[in-house]
Amino acid sequence: MTTQIRTDPGVGDLPEKPEPGRRPRAELASPFSTGGLVDVVKKRYLLKLLVQKEIRSRYQGSVLGFMWSYIQPLTRFCMYFFVIGLVLGLHKNVPNFAIHMFSAIVGVHYFTETFSSGTRSIVKNKAIVRKMAMPREMFPVSAVIVSAINTLPQLLILFIGAVAVGWRPDAEGLLAAVLGLAILTVLGTALALLFAGFNVFFRDFQSVVATFTIFTHWIVPMIYPFEKLASSPSIGGNTTLYTAYLSNPLTVAVLLLQRAFWLPTTVGKKGFPDDVHDIGFPYMPHHLMLLGVTMLVVSTIFLVLCQMVFRRLEGNFAERL
Amino acid sequence: MATSILVENATKQFTMRYHRTIKQITVAAIRKQKISDSFLAVNDVSFRIEEGESVGLMGLNGSGKSTLLKLVNGTMRPDQGSVLTRGRIAGLIATGAGFHPQLTGRDNVYLNAAILGMSEAETNRKFDEIVEFADIGRFLDTPVGHYSSGMFSRLGFAVAVHTDSDIFLIDEVLAVGDKPFKKKCLARMQEIRDEGRTMLYVSHASGSVRKMCDRVLVLERGVLGYDGPVDEGIRYLHYEEDDDDRLDESDEEEMDEELGADV
Repeated sequence: MTTQIRTDPGVGDLPEKPEPGRRPRAELASPFSTGGLVDVVKKRYLLKLLVQKEIRSRYQGSVLGFMWSYIQPLTRFCMYFFVIGLVLGLHKNVPNFAIHMFSAIVGVHYFTETFSSGTRSIVKNKAIVRKMAMPREMFPVSAVIVSAINTLPQLLILFIGAVAVGWRPDAEGLLAAVLGLAILTVLGTALALLFAGFNVFFRDFQSVVATFTIFTHWIVPMIYPFEKLASSPSIGGNTTLYTAYLSNPLTVAVLLLQRAFWLPTTVGKKGFPDDVHDIGFPYMPHHLMLLGVTMLVVSTIFLVLCQMVFRRLEGNFAERL
Repeated sequence: MATSILVENATKQFTMRYHRTIKQITVAAIRKQKISDSFLAVNDVSFRIEEGESVGLMGLNGSGKSTLLKLVNGTMRPDQGSVLTRGRIAGLIATGAGFHPQLTGRDNVYLNAAILGMSEAETNRKFDEIVEFADIGRFLDTPVGHYSSGMFSRLGFAVAVHTDSDIFLIDEVLAVGDKPFKKKCLARMQEIRDEGRTMLYVSHASGSVRKMCDRVLVLERGVLGYDGPVDEGIRYLHYEEDDDDRLDESDEEEMDEELGADV
């Protein structure tokens, strides 16, 4: 069969005169959307509908509904506070240990919720993915947005708690908070995209993610202060281990959140300096802000890579779902 | 006239996996059985459809019609070759719409319309018309997972036909609806065709294809076997069917008559 390719739709056509009521004639293009995250941003109305849908369906059939996304971090907080703070006594050694822990829990919970709900997002919406053409990135992205919306009230609780124990905002601290949340969002989106794609082919990946989230509470300075780790001879004294520990973007993001909400409440207490800007190593790593910016850049590059992998995988989604 | 759908050497390969778990895969490997097998659902298919043409896509079950429609619709990407389309695409793929079972009919209409590219204002304007056409009454605010298959595809069809699309795809929608609904669908499809939109219509019913289409494509095991006028295409297909299974001949005729009578 002979067919001439005509990539330029203008040539040979009559001059385009859109009839009243009809949209102007579009270009000949591939119906398979490959616009990726850029397309997601362009189709905000669709994204809004998907986010609404996601909020409604995430806790469908449960009496407490969205309250569950507060009960979980709150339970964790109480448990850790009892065991680590009261039984093991860190409450006495670390000033405002509750704030120290809660600022980490909020960050980590945001990340794990983004990661796990994002991973399940494509499979969960297979009825739509199989039959409708659209940027498939929509689903992981809306999962990220829903997690962010759920995190806002937790941030508010953290804020109120911090103010109650004498928190005063400082410019560097606020920048740290923004940077920390940005790292968590970009990294969470990247991993959500990647694993949502893998999960279509092997459902094992949602279990992999669930297993991974167990570690996240231990590899970040949540239930132990960074100071303890930095001044310990086994990790703080070992350059390789110490560097490895700080190469984790999640750790850096948590430290940034603690810099923002916890560190300003410690001034002048239990041997901490009187000015928040004087509190440095070993309470916080050297050049924390620079480290934060680096991690954000690395996470963004990772996001671009994950988008590329996703684009390769999505061609077979409809077939494998 | 400009080209509306341009398919060039499109090929889509499906992989069948016989074993899903590590244990099964290991056992199969030890026994030297095949772990996976692949076949070409659409094999090197090329055709061009001009704007305003309405084309029937026919073939036996498993000949690749639905896969080809998914390639045109953009839910699948060809492994080789290219598929190009012009403008907005609406329609029903593989009997039924891409509805989310947990959402209500109302929410699904908005979501479905948004995926098809309609704005909120556009959907609001057409909402009543869609609901009336679908005729699902008080079930509008019930999750579509609880719908009967007829209601499900009625609503899907209603959204699709009310979208201001350039290309309209239909895949055996008439298999589910009852007689009055079939009649309504065919009337609406004829309207769409007369508006000058491009139509790709998958059907086994030669009667309605004869009424609706001015050209027929016949797929045989993923290969495009015939591309040309309707009557000849239907004859081509029947010849094949008779070869395969002589006993079904009278049944086929009967079904055809029934569907054709609705037009």
